[in-house]
Amino acid sequence: MDFDLTDEQRLLKDSVERFVADRYDFESRKRFMAEPEGFSREMWASMAELGLLAVPFAEEHGGIGGGPVETMIVMEAFGRGLVVEPYLSTVVLGGGLLRHGGSEAQRAEILPAVASGEMLLAFAQVERGSRYDLHDVSTTARPDGGGFVLDGEKGVVLHGEGADRLLVTARVSGGRRDREGIGLFLVDGKTRGVSRRGYPTQDGMRAAEISFDGVRLGPDSVVGEPGNALPLVERVVDEAIAALCAEAVGAMGAMGETTVDYIKTRKQFGVAIGAFQSLQHRAADMVVMTEQARSMTYLATMMAGVDDAAERGPAIAAAKVQIGRSGRFVGQQSIQLHGGVGVTMEYKIGHYFKRVTMIDTAFGDADHHLSRLAETGGLFKAA
Amino acid sequence: MDLRFTPEENAFRQEVRAFFRENLDPKVHAKLVEGRHASRQDLVDWTRTLNAHGWGVPHWPAEYGGTGWDPVRQYIFLEELQAFPAPAPLAFGVNMVGPVIYKFGSDEQKARFLPRIANMDDWWCQGFSEPGSGSDLASLKTKAVRDGDDYVVNGQKTWTTLAQYADWIFCLVRTDPAAKKQEGISFLLIDMKTPGITVRPIELIDGGHEVNEVFFDDVRVPAENLVGRENKGWDYAKFLLGNERTNIARVGVSKERLRRIRELASLEHIGTEPMIRNSRFREKLAAVEVELKALEMTQLRVVAAERTREKGKPDPASSVLKIKGSEIQQATTELLMDVVGPYALPYVPDREDDRWDELANEPPIGPDWAATVAPTYFNWRKVSIYGGSNEIQRNIIAKAILGL
Repeated sequence: MDFDLTDEQRLLKDSVERFVADRYDFESRKRFMAEPEGFSREMWASMAELGLLAVPFAEEHGGIGGGPVETMIVMEAFGRGLVVEPYLSTVVLGGGLLRHGGSEAQRAEILPAVASGEMLLAFAQVERGSRYDLHDVSTTARPDGGGFVLDGEKGVVLHGEGADRLLVTARVSGGRRDREGIGLFLVDGKTRGVSRRGYPTQDGMRAAEISFDGVRLGPDSVVGEPGNALPLVERVVDEAIAALCAEAVGAMGAMGETTVDYIKTRKQFGVAIGAFQSLQHRAADMVVMTEQARSMTYLATMMAGVDDAAERGPAIAAAKVQIGRSGRFVGQQSIQLHGGVGVTMEYKIGHYFKRVTMIDTAFGDADHHLSRLAETGGLFKAA
Repeated sequence: MDLRFTPEENAFRQEVRAFFRENLDPKVHAKLVEGRHASRQDLVDWTRTLNAHGWGVPHWPAEYGGTGWDPVRQYIFLEELQAFPAPAPLAFGVNMVGPVIYKFGSDEQKARFLPRIANMDDWWCQGFSEPGSGSDLASLKTKAVRDGDDYVVNGQKTWTTLAQYADWIFCLVRTDPAAKKQEGISFLLIDMKTPGITVRPIELIDGGHEVNEVFFDDVRVPAENLVGRENKGWDYAKFLLGNERTNIARVGVSKERLRRIRELASLEHIGTEPMIRNSRFREKLAAVEVELKALEMTQLRVVAAERTREKGKPDPASSVLKIKGSEIQQATTELLMDVVGPYALPYVPDREDDRWDELANEPPIGPDWAATVAPTYFNWRKVSIYGGSNEIQRNIIAKAILGL
């Protein structure tokens, strides 16, 4: 048992942390957000050059063959920088779905283009009534000749507006909430019948509402087993949750440091407010909550690579609960300790708070995962 | 990064568990499962069983009887001990005064005391806290004045755990009243049979007799029982307190409790449904499990870091372990209150030593596991107070980690 990084992992960590520190300060981020796509193509190209977009892919697909630990390293650094580029949607989600479920032809076509930064992906899964249930799918994929016809609506598709390809869950058979009968389809964003309405998100990114109206898909659009894609979706969502945990820990670390720096310098009543014990204890509790979140992120990272869903699921759920709770506490207290400037748009602390809040609502909030965990018998079963 | 235990470590865990299963008296095991205390004799017998197997003081250096296990194996052993559950060797001897003696004591002291600690031939208690010195320990007033070959000790200690059983007490005493408060303190080993020592029980809110006041009235202590150098006792105390915190999370204890709660909640019913199927209850339980899992991972991070950390230097992360560990232990006692419901109410006095058996002829009131639930809940408020209160731990984090 060890928590040490390999030499290669340490190099990756150094390089991505340096990249964020040097090129992703808060003012630059504002500029990136103001660009037409809501992020910087130049940054995206730099990430490709650094190999960050290639992290989880096999060498034959232009990747560097990294695992969950490498993804954790990148996402934690991105959490510190509040990076707005579509890494989660393109590399972790879209790339993950193809990596685990795509045909060789799909992988050979798309993954090298993702790794080189030429192609963007998005995962269209949430529907108006589905909340956090991955199996709640109303969008339909009706078999038609050798292919399918796609009808339905997807919502809050992260970076869905500008994605070159969409990975869409749709029902091939069965009722709305059946676990069986769900398919996963690779859809070119420009196909006739696809309409997308993009909008900014609370945490500085972009998302889209997407409707599919009689969209014709060829047989080569099917990802994984037609009608049995749920295990694939669950697996990749679990990986994405682990990645989000790491991003949240990066954000929490940055919030903690920013807040401690602030209370060391802000003076009231003639002293730095960090001299007051009520604030010191709050800051100490932020350390406790951040460390607990970091510990669970390590657990989630380790378990993200486990094939058996029954073994993987409870650990991932538990991690998401901890991240949700820790993120809320650290975020709220960071703002409180900053006082008035904490609630201004101008100051960065509030942007971290908004990001960790939205991480909680991504792929199931703390309550959702606590129920999931409780229903499956908890973490400590009889020895 | 690989958070799995190696096959060798897993095999070691099985070996430890098998040893406990084969060697711990089932009656003692049952007591602990039911939330009752092991008796003095239970603990002596069990310590000797461990010691005969070479496991009495696993964490000590090999020359004094330690096993040479690395921090991961030390952790596995302790976790299994707590989760089994088996009685924990008396911390005052093996975790506190023992390491102080082998680190700072004279050769005579090492030869005289260490084997007797490992074998529980002597029962040790801790004379640190005083009525006016709790979290501000260095303000202690008990004084020792040199008189020929002896020190003469006068003063009072308090919260002295199980002093009623003790053969020896290790004390912090003031030897230089003129010095700065941390610099005039010495570390003395005192035979509890010495004339002038009086032990008076303090009854805790659960009705138990666990702690005491200890009074010193012109107690003559041979100067050879001074550990290290006069007026350097505070350094030894800091070393001791650092060791105390390494096991303060008590992950294994809470794991065992949570398993027990799950088991009992499947026996108790809400209406016609086992409690464990009640969604509100099981989410409360799952929430504590999540916190404990996170604590376990944090503990393992500290354990792994110990391999490369300078020996004997406390890790400020242990304050995180203390805060979370105590809060989780307390949460488990609250969950047990939830499970027992109205049968938390009857008061059944605790029996010292084995006098519990006298009750065996009387039918229990309510479920037979109910009697200890409320007392444990009441008593467990102590864990966020002792060992440096959780507020002191927050001060340590603020200063040592955050530089505030």
